[in-house]
Amino acid sequence: MNEKEKDNEQQNGGISRRSLLKGMGGGVLATGILPLVHAEGLLRGPSGATVDAKVISPDAAPITLTINGRDRRVMAEPRSLLVDVLRGPELDLTGTKLVCDRGACGGCTVLVNDTPVLSCMTLALDAQGKKIETIEGLAHGDQLHPIQAEFVHFDALQCGYCTSGMIMSCKALLDHNPNPSLHDIKQATSGNLCRCGTYPNVFKAVQAAAKQTHHATAKTQQKA
Amino acid sequence: MADTKTVKVTFGIKGKERTDEIQIPVTDPQPWDLNTKTKIVGTRVPRIDGVAKVTGRAKYTYDMNLPGMLYGKVLRSTVPAGVVKRIDTSKAEALPGVKVVLKFEDMPNYPKDQKVIYAGQEIAAVAAINRYVAEDAIKLIEVEYEKMPFVVSEERAMDPKAPLVHDAPVQERRSEGDVPQRGGNSVQTKGNVVGPRVNNRGDVEKGFAEADVIFEGTYRTQVQTHSPLETHGLVCKWDAPDKLTAWASTQGTFSVKNELQQYFKLPANNVRVITEYMGGGFGAKFGAGVHGIVCAKLAKMSNSPVKLMLDRREQHLAVGNRPSSVQKLKIGAKKDGTLTAMQLIAYGTGGIAGGAGCAGPMQTIYKCPNLHTEESDVFTNAGPAAAFRAPGHPQGSFALDSALDEVAEKLGMDPLEFRRKNIDNPVRLEEYRIGAERIAWERRNAKAGKATGVKRRGIGMASSVWRNFAGPPSTVIVEVHNDGKVDVMNGAQDIGTGMRTVIAQIAAEELGLQLNDIRVHYGDTQWPIGPGSGGSTTTTALGPAVRTAAYAAKLKMFDVAAPILKAKADELEASDGKIFVKSEPTRSLTWAKVAQRMEGDKISVTGDRAPNYFDGRAFGQDQAKKFANQTQQQNAGAQFIEVEVDTETGQVHVLKVVAVHDLGHVMNRLTTESQINGGVIQGVAYALLENRILDKNTGIMVNPNLEQYKIPGSKDMPEIEAIIVENSSVTNNISSMGIGEPATVPTAAAISNAIYNAIGVHINELPITPDKVLAALNPEKKEAR
Repeated sequence: MNEKEKDNEQQNGGISRRSLLKGMGGGVLATGILPLVHAEGLLRGPSGATVDAKVISPDAAPITLTINGRDRRVMAEPRSLLVDVLRGPELDLTGTKLVCDRGACGGCTVLVNDTPVLSCMTLALDAQGKKIETIEGLAHGDQLHPIQAEFVHFDALQCGYCTSGMIMSCKALLDHNPNPSLHDIKQATSGNLCRCGTYPNVFKAVQAAAKQTHHATAKTQQKA
Repeated sequence: MADTKTVKVTFGIKGKERTDEIQIPVTDPQPWDLNTKTKIVGTRVPRIDGVAKVTGRAKYTYDMNLPGMLYGKVLRSTVPAGVVKRIDTSKAEALPGVKVVLKFEDMPNYPKDQKVIYAGQEIAAVAAINRYVAEDAIKLIEVEYEKMPFVVSEERAMDPKAPLVHDAPVQERRSEGDVPQRGGNSVQTKGNVVGPRVNNRGDVEKGFAEADVIFEGTYRTQVQTHSPLETHGLVCKWDAPDKLTAWASTQGTFSVKNELQQYFKLPANNVRVITEYMGGGFGAKFGAGVHGIVCAKLAKMSNSPVKLMLDRREQHLAVGNRPSSVQKLKIGAKKDGTLTAMQLIAYGTGGIAGGAGCAGPMQTIYKCPNLHTEESDVFTNAGPAAAFRAPGHPQGSFALDSALDEVAEKLGMDPLEFRRKNIDNPVRLEEYRIGAERIAWERRNAKAGKATGVKRRGIGMASSVWRNFAGPPSTVIVEVHNDGKVDVMNGAQDIGTGMRTVIAQIAAEELGLQLNDIRVHYGDTQWPIGPGSGGSTTTTALGPAVRTAAYAAKLKMFDVAAPILKAKADELEASDGKIFVKSEPTRSLTWAKVAQRMEGDKISVTGDRAPNYFDGRAFGQDQAKKFANQTQQQNAGAQFIEVEVDTETGQVHVLKVVAVHDLGHVMNRLTTESQINGGVIQGVAYALLENRILDKNTGIMVNPNLEQYKIPGSKDMPEIEAIIVENSSVTNNISSMGIGEPATVPTAAAISNAIYNAIGVHINELPITPDKVLAALNPEKKEAR
């Protein structure tokens, strides 16, 4: 496979017809496991034994995820959830939280192609070739995103465990709707549970951040 | 008695203040009181760890990734009662990626008779290379049960013929979240019942005989689970065969340390517990717990660090809940509204544990000469209760304040006026005045249920109460470095209330510095002892020690500055980053300049939490009496709530909550308001949404998740107005009291009363779900069912 082919393959979600056929040549289909993963080089299965990377198997294999503007190569099993890959030892992006285990609380919210998704209900493999944004990508160095700054200012957090998911939902809201009503904010955060009771201050923080970003957007438009 | 000095302090609330002399330890500075003007303390300070939390940089226990770390998982009983006949872990052990399996007989709570007594009880555990393999391994463990009869309803459990949950005397668990003097006993059972614990005041029969009206009613409350967003769990790493480091999601770092140290018989200083950040606890996270000891065992067996975090289902089943209650009340009053007698016969279930008492509000809020309360715990085959934000109080408040509205109705009195008649605490009366004004009490339906239309509005109120349980021990280290920067160290944890920030505020205030001059080292038992975050005590237990330590550091800095300023140390003051002569403020040096002149590289001092100033053993009985005569030594508080009831759907919308509370001297107005919001919101959910549902036929919880166990969401939010009445308690040098718990006590009762005001029917059972509202509105249909 030349470099160009490799690139194409990654953009297309990691599995090309060519490599799929290659994998079938390895005879693994006989195990009855759907061919999901292939890779170059040697890999380690859960047993610790090395496996021939060119075969298709349920073991972990490297994939590339585009996280906060950077391509990150990381090991993932076919069943690996995006939340676990983000939080795992390789990426260590633990700002994204695992809370309810099953898509009920929004604690694991990240943006995939600008849309809030529950990373505990998303396979890591399905996130390949897409733009993933996590809480760690919001600030530029010490410069907080306006939503982050207003969360601190209005104390829109207590224990802080829902905060990452809450902020990501609010960012998606303001990206799509720079001037939301209170109803819009309640709607946008309705999938994010908080146990400490920060909602009233979340509403205030988002309204204040909206004023800033709305103002900034208006200015940019004027300049244009 | 320690060395003391006499100081003059001002107690009480503005307009009702009183100045007096009291004795305090010589090591304490002049206490902050009603007349104190502070610059940083009492203002709105964003939390100093806010940036870490909004950027995702804050590392919680669940976030720990250590090299070579394994993942632990517990296998739990799937039957509510039975004997484990056979347990086969061989398939799990053979699964690639599984490192160690902890067998039933090696579990820390292994019952010799192999009996399990609730669905969710720990029976085995594994550690594997990742979460998925650990979960797979658990599923491969084969367990064969001999099922036994069980009971999950309180009424059935009280039947003498019911299956026994415990067949031997029970040792009650006790945590720092429990009300003092409750729990921790070996209790004898009569069948499944413990108690009643009886309390009497006056002569209740005489009181009822004197009454012009008597009301009797029965109230029921549900089981509520804590549902902190970060589940319980630890990461354990053995640094040596007798040396353990544990990262724990806990509200009591030292209680985790003690439990691990005792279980593994380790040298005292060889267990270190770290809780830099933690994702909520609400009373359920004291001690290492069974899962914590399992985690440490797995780490020991595998010789690797192990992370063991519970999943959401386990969280609901096994690590705590607020017990249910069934409360029979009888209340007597005279025509003029004076209470003559109150009686409460209550029982409830905390599953296999106790803790179902709920008489606190009746015993403490309203004046009543004749009182009789009986509280019993009923054991059932369900997960153990744990302290939960104001143990017993939301239950007791719901029944008491609902019943008082019925008495007021019988008397033809305004419910607020009726309550005023039975209160003499000036703080509470002031709170009633403010609350009534802010909600516009006069807007309520003069006669309950007089509202018309599909959507009907009503207004109700209820009273809070909490006692001041905080005291020693807490010790704080303050170090001033020769660049002027200050480190403050204590081993306790920030449960999410903002204690870390309050520590920095108190130190900065005392030293006359800015917040960014102070670095707080917290949540690590390598630092001196601090309180568990229970009983609304953290600020009040620890804050005074911070101030005492900072005060000692300041005096040392004065010693350095005095010769340079050609003044005596006791003529100096520190403020705005300067040390100056009090009588001549222009004779000054910057703090940093003085720091440069110290001998050595730092000044290091410790401060201990002094006994409460009302403590007669420390300060003499005269002083104890002086404080006892004050009525302000408990939190009062009241909430006024407006609701809208949809009479077609039965849905209740809470529109507005005015929450008026007192907590002594406020440390941080911003985070205090957040805590009040939080208490109210949990109260709203307790009133309307949350309910742990056990299937009576199988003994299994049917909603162990966050989609069917309903904690509140953004659309359930009322408008909340948090109002703080400054009350100078002067029980310690910062004059603080707690707020976490009192803020959640009266919410359910006030909502219930507001619903009554809207629709004219009382609903005596929580949660007040639409089906109950519709049944209350259409009693004929209910009978037809």
